[in-house]
Amino acid sequence: MRHLMSPLDFTTDELDKLFDLANDIEINPAKYAHACDGKKLATCFYEPSTRTRLSFEAAMLNLGGNVLGFADANSSSVKKGESVADTIRIISCYADICAMRHNKEGAPLVASLHSDIPVINAGDGGHQHPTQTLTDLLTIRTLNSKLGDLVIGLCGDLKFGRTVHSLIEALARYNNITFILISPEELRIPDYIREDVLVSNNIEFKEVERLEDVLGELDFLYMTRVQKERFFNEEDYVRMKDFYILDKAKMALARENMYVLHPLPRVNEISVEIDDDPRAVYFKQAKYGVYARMALILTLLDIHVN
Amino acid sequence: MLNVGKINEGFVLDHIPAGTCMDIYRDLKLDKLDCCVAIIKNARSNKMGKKDIIKVEASVDLVDLNILGFINHNITVNIIKDGEIVDKKELRLPKKIVNIIHCKNPRCITSIEQELKQIFILTDEKKEIYRCKYCEEKYKRIN
Repeated sequence: MRHLMSPLDFTTDELDKLFDLANDIEINPAKYAHACDGKKLATCFYEPSTRTRLSFEAAMLNLGGNVLGFADANSSSVKKGESVADTIRIISCYADICAMRHNKEGAPLVASLHSDIPVINAGDGGHQHPTQTLTDLLTIRTLNSKLGDLVIGLCGDLKFGRTVHSLIEALARYNNITFILISPEELRIPDYIREDVLVSNNIEFKEVERLEDVLGELDFLYMTRVQKERFFNEEDYVRMKDFYILDKAKMALARENMYVLHPLPRVNEISVEIDDDPRAVYFKQAKYGVYARMALILTLLDIHVN
Repeated sequence: MLNVGKINEGFVLDHIPAGTCMDIYRDLKLDKLDCCVAIIKNARSNKMGKKDIIKVEASVDLVDLNILGFINHNITVNIIKDGEIVDKKELRLPKKIVNIIHCKNPRCITSIEQELKQIFILTDEKKEIYRCKYCEEKYKRIN
């Protein structure tokens, strides 16, 4: 039995198979409409996240399965003091697969160690968010026709943004990737990503403060939200949140074939005036999120559709 | 000067930085041993000025030297037989440490689930970096 805790749990070959499956699901949805008949997905969300939870639920429903679960810790037995280990033991009796989001880092790993069913990490604090990374990789691979040989700019909150950390770790395994890290000094990537992933693997990267200075170099621009909940005080949040806003004027500096990605939800870091720009693919990316999760559920449940 | 006699069979932990022997006594769980243990604090040392020494009249196999490797691999482990040093054990960094150090990340699951073992994994032997198994937070070593 396999779980998904980090995007690195899968080899690049396994990811290729998963993405081939996701692309096939996109083209032939009817073929997969009953692949999970009789199966149940438990969505255990200790921290509210409508988007990710609905994406998981849509994925399971698209496969013909059913969903059950809770949407925040207050409506679960954790409020009574139940441990993650005990919760997953019980969930294992009710469902065939579990997607868990928790505000504490490592909670889904603890669950996986006590589970009889596959556990998917649906985000654990500021640590990992692997299904977002699968979504990002699938979007990039589909638009770029391959993963590799590209320059990607990551912009915004690179310190607390777990999607960014996971994406860098995942992309670092492919050939000829250049990272351009765009953030205020206070929100630069953590040392462990810089040292253990980029420097130690001799991966080309640079850290800059101004988005305008590098826009013309990018094949992909990955925007992120400056998340209020990651700050310890309001003042820091207010001071930094508007530093990096992508608008029409900035998009004029970008290449014709540069794509803009965003894990969503956005606040104001991407102006609505560029939503109709064909290079703005963040809503398409959300759709790929469902295909990626469908492919993941099938893979972890070891279900094959002919 | 205070004199503590030789031991006949057992092991001696020498060159312990002065003032840290009680931490080592606790971490190696020497209190659990049913044998004679001598703790010498602030002994004179040509090399270190002052040092601590622990003498244990028991087989070295009863303690986890990996833990000592993590705490301070500059400590000398002398194996004693018939009152003489017959071997010196080389200390190595253990691949995994259980319940010796605690994760200080307030966002880690170990901060709320008290029954979880505190497990750290050696992720970079060259740089001596240990990370929490659960949240991957780096453990900041003092020495």
